Amino acid sequence: MDLSVINPILLIAALMSAATPILLAATGELVVERAGVLNLGVEGMMILGAICGFAIAVETGSPLTGFLAAAAGGALLSLLFALLTQVALANQVASGLALTLFGLGLSALLGQGYVGVKPPRMPDINFGFLTDIPITGPILFSHDPVLYFGLLLVAAVWATLKFTRVGLILRAVGENHDAAHALGYKVVRIRTLAIMFGGACAGMGGAYISLIRVPQWTEGMTAGVGWIALALVVFASWKPWRVLLGAYLFGGITQLQLNLQGAGVAIPVEYLAMSPYIITIVVLVILSADKSAAPGSLGRTFHASH
Amino acid sequence: MKLTTLLASAAVALGLAGGAYADGHEKTKVGFVFVGPIGDGGWTYEHNKGRLAVEEALGDAVETVYVENVAEGPDSERVMTQMALDGADLIFTTSFGYMDPTINIAKKFPDVKFEHATGYKRADNVSTYSARFYEGRAIQGHIAGKMTKSNIIGYIGSYPIPEVIRGINSAFIHAQKVNPDVEFRIVWAYTWFDPAKEADAAKVLIEQGADVVLQHTDSTAPQAAAQEAGNVVTFGQASDMGQYAPFPRVSSIIDDWAPYYIARTKAVMDGTWESTDTWDGIGPGMVGIGEISDAVPADVKEEALAMKAAIADGSYHPFTGPLKKQDGSDWLADGEVADDGTLAGMNFYVEGLTGEIPQ
Amino acid sequence: MIWLEKRPQPSRFFAYVTPLLAVLATFLFGGLLFAALGKDPVQSIVTIFWEPLFGEFAFYYRPQLLIKGAPLVLIAIGLSLGFKAGIWNIGAEGQYIMGALFGAGMGLAFYPAESVLIFPAMVLAGAFGGWIWAMIPALLKVRFGTNEILVSLMLVYVAEQFLASMSLGLLKNPEGFGFPGSRNLQQYDSAHNAEIIAGSGMHWGVVAALIAVIFAYVLLARHRLGFAVRVTGEAPRAARFAGVNPSRLILFCLGTSGMLAGLAGLFEVAGPAGQVSIDFNVGYGFTAIIVAFLGRLHPVGIVLAGLLMALTYIGGDIAQSQLGLPAAAIQVFQGMLLFFLLALDLFTNYRLRFGRAETV
Repeated sequence: MDLSVINPILLIAALMSAATPILLAATGELVVERAGVLNLGVEGMMILGAICGFAIAVETGSPLTGFLAAAAGGALLSLLFALLTQVALANQVASGLALTLFGLGLSALLGQGYVGVKPPRMPDINFGFLTDIPITGPILFSHDPVLYFGLLLVAAVWATLKFTRVGLILRAVGENHDAAHALGYKVVRIRTLAIMFGGACAGMGGAYISLIRVPQWTEGMTAGVGWIALALVVFASWKPWRVLLGAYLFGGITQLQLNLQGAGVAIPVEYLAMSPYIITIVVLVILSADKSAAPGSLGRTFHASH
Repeated sequence: MKLTTLLASAAVALGLAGGAYADGHEKTKVGFVFVGPIGDGGWTYEHNKGRLAVEEALGDAVETVYVENVAEGPDSERVMTQMALDGADLIFTTSFGYMDPTINIAKKFPDVKFEHATGYKRADNVSTYSARFYEGRAIQGHIAGKMTKSNIIGYIGSYPIPEVIRGINSAFIHAQKVNPDVEFRIVWAYTWFDPAKEADAAKVLIEQGADVVLQHTDSTAPQAAAQEAGNVVTFGQASDMGQYAPFPRVSSIIDDWAPYYIARTKAVMDGTWESTDTWDGIGPGMVGIGEISDAVPADVKEEALAMKAAIADGSYHPFTGPLKKQDGSDWLADGEVADDGTLAGMNFYVEGLTGEIPQ
Repeated sequence: MIWLEKRPQPSRFFAYVTPLLAVLATFLFGGLLFAALGKDPVQSIVTIFWEPLFGEFAFYYRPQLLIKGAPLVLIAIGLSLGFKAGIWNIGAEGQYIMGALFGAGMGLAFYPAESVLIFPAMVLAGAFGGWIWAMIPALLKVRFGTNEILVSLMLVYVAEQFLASMSLGLLKNPEGFGFPGSRNLQQYDSAHNAEIIAGSGMHWGVVAALIAVIFAYVLLARHRLGFAVRVTGEAPRAARFAGVNPSRLILFCLGTSGMLAGLAGLFEVAGPAGQVSIDFNVGYGFTAIIVAFLGRLHPVGIVLAGLLMALTYIGGDIAQSQLGLPAAAIQVFQGMLLFFLLALDLFTNYRLRFGRAETV
């Protein structure tokens, strides 16, 4: 056992990258849930984004176009969910699960020709001399553009929800759709837009895995990340900065357990592998003193003539 | 026009009947039960390539069918039964977890031949087959030991099962032989399939100083991580992963099931099929060694190819004594060669490896 | 202008007709999908839906419906109680695993002794395993107010790691040449959950599922506890006035669903699956959530939904093998079926109105 081989700076830099797919997807889902909609189809939207992004990046040679396509793909799939839950008033939990099933199948069909293909690489942003600053350089200035986009997204969602009229309306719809409707807000339209935003974010999260983290296409490659993202939103009690905290915590523990293994720490591996999940539960219990509740209308179906 | 078409097809039919269908039997039907999707780019992908090779080699004389994503347990029994009911003559079941289901179903269909990959239970109509991937690991170990500068070699394992442990031991023995200072750092992913986790594991190993990363998982994630790091050597696993050649991927172990699948299908066709236990390696071509790229120094490449030839013709066995177990106890005396039973159930590290096998 | 008007009462007519309409719509769109993949659409759909039920080998597939459907129904029944009361256990997959581990562990502890008491002991252990795993989110929710969705989901991943650890360690077959996985319980008479009538697909898990269905039906229709479940889901405040103790209800709902999921795991591991292995769980716990909702959280509906899901799995595998359809196409097809079933359910509770809407 040799703990000195673990470099905390590289660990932090690595966890930032590892957490980005979860962060993107969870931030999107947060907006959806703040609008009062529970979309359990995150995994399906992520995997569809992963293949859309991958395929378009390979065809056009531009990872950036790939990410845009991933966002479009995720949003398109989420539109199906919006149709089901907002127009056909179907149960949200079941619709979300069905969406995941559908997305997994569809992505596999679309991806048949892309197994074993190497996608174009997205370069890290060149910060010049900033990258060479000790400690802060590798942590803050050594990443790809999408990672920074993820951070900006959290900030933007936070500011929008907190300070803008759009955010106020969104929260109003999520807290009490009947009251919002009485005030003249178009509940269905607002929720549909929120759902599509969530789909776009999830799609980009998926593409981050297929284009940057791994990068390759294989069926089912998101391997459950969407579920973690869903859990994180609850963990964060629907607050954007806590999503960031949660994503980094989760990514960090995963990184740490791999690091500990590499360093030969004599803790049974399976218990290390469990640790991110157990620690998430423990943190949740600790945070439970905070009684900020879920959006009031979360998961409930809205119909105007109530 | 119509008449000629008719005649032509009749001629084709007759021609075939004269060959493979001498016994009046229709096409030989071969079923494949896959544990993952054929698009997994690894294990199932390679088995499916074997299936396609059967179709290509034997043409109209065979019909192949497959079902992918079949869970081990009752689902696999149902799929096998269904193939047998639909008239399959030969069924390949390509995951260790299909072992008991295969035996169960084979009992119900004594006239259908079954081939189970990686298991150890056989019957009159059940053969087993597996590949000696550890032979390829020996060559990788040799190249890895020669190429490492930091003397730290990272190894990504899936689960601590004999197959994976055998590979670690084989690679380590041969790395240590050419580089006594070499050290293995092993990370267990505890998953068969999670490319993102494999990427993380590879990055962690590289951060901890590894400049060679061996993988017993099927995604190209470690290749990409190595390429980004710039100075890290990797080897392709399951498929060639040639898109990362010549560097970081300097060679690879390729699962090549095609020769075996073709041979066994032919055996069913001409009635010579018998229950056997096949454990083939580099020699018969079940384990392929991907091209060793120019990133490897010429002398090392030559040594590696010599070792490959020696293993192929049987003059060298990767587990040849003197070898000790990790706890220092004797395992193989000088010149003694490991028996297949010990290798098949290998659950110990050889001397020099650090850390414990998770239990 | 078209708008929806809520029916004063759910339409009985549409409650029966919409599933048929949904299946027809799926035939249409699924057929288009199969045609786009270059397969004969009619043949594909016949293979999926007709072959297992009335085809040449239906004698074999019909019992398989029970084997595939029983765990789904057993788990979904338990989940539906909680869902009705607004208690979200989405970790049934983990409880299923723990039930199997506890049950199999109990049986293997006695190996190779033979006794008629071993199987009942395993059943108890399996139920306990699922129950205790569900008690973690339940107690945390009661004591600290933590969200049960998150905790139960996280515990699925913990259970999966635990399963891997057990398959490679404690429960590993000592005669298995070092390979992972436990002894096969099918070869251990006292522990084997065999078919009660050979070839019928009827094993104790199917019986348990039927009992659970009847139990849930009676509970919801007749018992005070069933009333508490319903009223809590529909009007939580009214429930308080009606004297419902929310903590006790949480413990009851999560405990029952955990117990049933644990039983499903035990019956599976001791019967059709036979052994504990790394990949023992195949997603029944998640699919059961869909089954619960497809069945409209009604016990009889859940039985039908469970059998329908089982049919698409079995028929889908046949279509893969006979027609070369990729598994992914089957998944998309299943997704479509679910979408249509969910979407068309609209007409049960609402009716379409044409013309000018009054002030909505």
